[in-house]
Amino acid sequence: MAEPLLAIRDLKTYFISREAEVRAVDGIDIDVAQGQVVCIVGESGCGKSMTSLSIVRLVPRPHGKIVAGEVIFNGTDLLKLSESQMADIRGNEISMIFQEPMTALNPVMQIGRQISEVLVRHRGMTKKQALEKAVEMLRFVGVPRANEIVYEYPHQLSGGLRQRVMIAMAMVCNPKLLIADEPTTALDVTIQAQVLELMKKMREETGTSIILITHDLGVVADMADHVVVMYAGQVVESVDADTIFENPMHPYTRALMDSIPSIDEEKDVLYSIPGTVPSAAHFPKGCRFAERCPLAVESCFEEMPELRELAPGHLVRCDRV
Amino acid sequence: MSINAEQLSSSNNLLEVQDLKKYFPITAGFFRRTVGHVKAVDGVSFTMKAGETLGIVGESGCGKSTTGRMVVNLTTPTSGKIIFDGKDISTHSGRSLRESRRKIQMVFQDPYASLNPQMSIGEAVAEPLIVNHMLSKKQAFDRAAQLLETVGLRARDLSRHPHEFSGGQRQRVGIARALALNPKLIVADEAVSALDVSIQSQILNLLADLRGRFNLSYLFISHNLAVVRHISDRVGVMYLGHMVEIGPKISLYNHPLHPYTQALLSAAPEPRRVKRRERTVLQGDVPSPANPPKGCPFHTRCPMVMDVCREQEPKMRELLPGHFAACHLH
Repeated sequence: MAEPLLAIRDLKTYFISREAEVRAVDGIDIDVAQGQVVCIVGESGCGKSMTSLSIVRLVPRPHGKIVAGEVIFNGTDLLKLSESQMADIRGNEISMIFQEPMTALNPVMQIGRQISEVLVRHRGMTKKQALEKAVEMLRFVGVPRANEIVYEYPHQLSGGLRQRVMIAMAMVCNPKLLIADEPTTALDVTIQAQVLELMKKMREETGTSIILITHDLGVVADMADHVVVMYAGQVVESVDADTIFENPMHPYTRALMDSIPSIDEEKDVLYSIPGTVPSAAHFPKGCRFAERCPLAVESCFEEMPELRELAPGHLVRCDRV
Repeated sequence: MSINAEQLSSSNNLLEVQDLKKYFPITAGFFRRTVGHVKAVDGVSFTMKAGETLGIVGESGCGKSTTGRMVVNLTTPTSGKIIFDGKDISTHSGRSLRESRRKIQMVFQDPYASLNPQMSIGEAVAEPLIVNHMLSKKQAFDRAAQLLETVGLRARDLSRHPHEFSGGQRQRVGIARALALNPKLIVADEAVSALDVSIQSQILNLLADLRGRFNLSYLFISHNLAVVRHISDRVGVMYLGHMVEIGPKISLYNHPLHPYTQALLSAAPEPRRVKRRERTVLQGDVPSPANPPKGCPFHTRCPMVMDVCREQEPKMRELLPGHFAACHLH
């Protein structure tokens, strides 16, 4: 198999303060191939957002710290680069889209300048050239009146348009990898559908790899080639997208699937996972899902299961399946 | 859609909403002159029977929350009637209003914002009983302890504060507080939207269980079509301040009649990999409710728009048993 574009190896990102050590990301491995869409799924606090911030080295300081691991992008370990080398990569070869475009966009800067800033910084274009390119990019992502909108401010746009602006900004330098953290969570379903279609089109036309972070299994089914399920800072299951829906193996993945209601099927009672996610400051020593798991036996509480390959390409962290 | 065919209803309705409107004034200038109105809710009618759950779906700004807030009387309607248990509560005031309001309670979306962080959860749940002079303080706390157990918390949590609980547990506190006055109707506005899926299913199961035990009716407002289908008996779809379709859930989900409902259903991503039916991706955004289009409110985005849609507003008509839609196509 060809070298993956991105290979995350045993990444650990902890939040360390005097009182506690919070293991937000606790030893994960993820591969992203050229042109692939990898979805990272999990609930609040599972470490999926911290994983993405670790890739671009934007973990919140001062407490957050990448304590171990490698993030190999295109043959280089990003964690070994200097701050200025990293700045050359961010927004250029790797770019990000965040959940809430209103907080990610600068409220007092015109849309056009925000997009063209990237081109001036990374491509050495003049402001005028960059602005022309910004208009072209806005047209490409389906923003109406692009030549007027470049002179407008974020508050003048609707949520769906703002997210398109974010996508335009992320894609303007033709990145090799796009990291999208819950890009459609704040949007209405009809607008979500528009944005997902746009992301598919971008991938097809530019061959960009995408890491899509979401809690919505519907979005996963629509977009993913490969799926990584995270729970309590760890990968619990990793497999291609068809298999995750046809034959989920980890008890947590299965429970997640059973607990969502469907729009075209009747379910009398939804499965509900008892209890809550353990606190990242006090993980149990055994399997982190054991306390909520219907299959748990004594040994699950004692020993942490390894991530094992149970079928070709199907990794599961469970000794009971 | 000013007159609704559903008005033919009999007297066993728990709730009847007739041609309900809420216009918020837009003011400008030094003298706060009214220069226009945001037509948040523009002539909505529906009924609910005792013990029934009516789901309301729609996108941001469609007026679903404003409708819910008018039913619990947190927002005063501009016009229209809300008849609860045979009495018009939209014109009530003072004591008689207070009595009716006890019977209608609300569960909010954000369990972080809707609980006072300085009050213990016992105080939060007992408060409605005390302010309504229904029980003494001591009795109210005993009842609060009982209510906490009803919603799956422990009686000894009574003296703890909201920050000590997770989102799902706080939502349980919000539900316990809504139950305190033995309501007949609970308006749940995006009650599970802020929760993770595994917690969401716990709360949905709790709501279904309580409905059976206390013969409650829910007006369940959400943008999540799958959640609404799961909990509801009937479902109404709102768009730009109008109810565009309403009917029994199976009929509505299997035979959506309004093009907007069809687009909504096709846009919702399903957690399954089977080849899906062709998705209708609507173009553009919802028009501003301050300047709604003439004719059918949906005509600017409707893939099947006809000339008549731009001129005439369609009326709600019963097209399948108990299933109404406002569309010129039918």
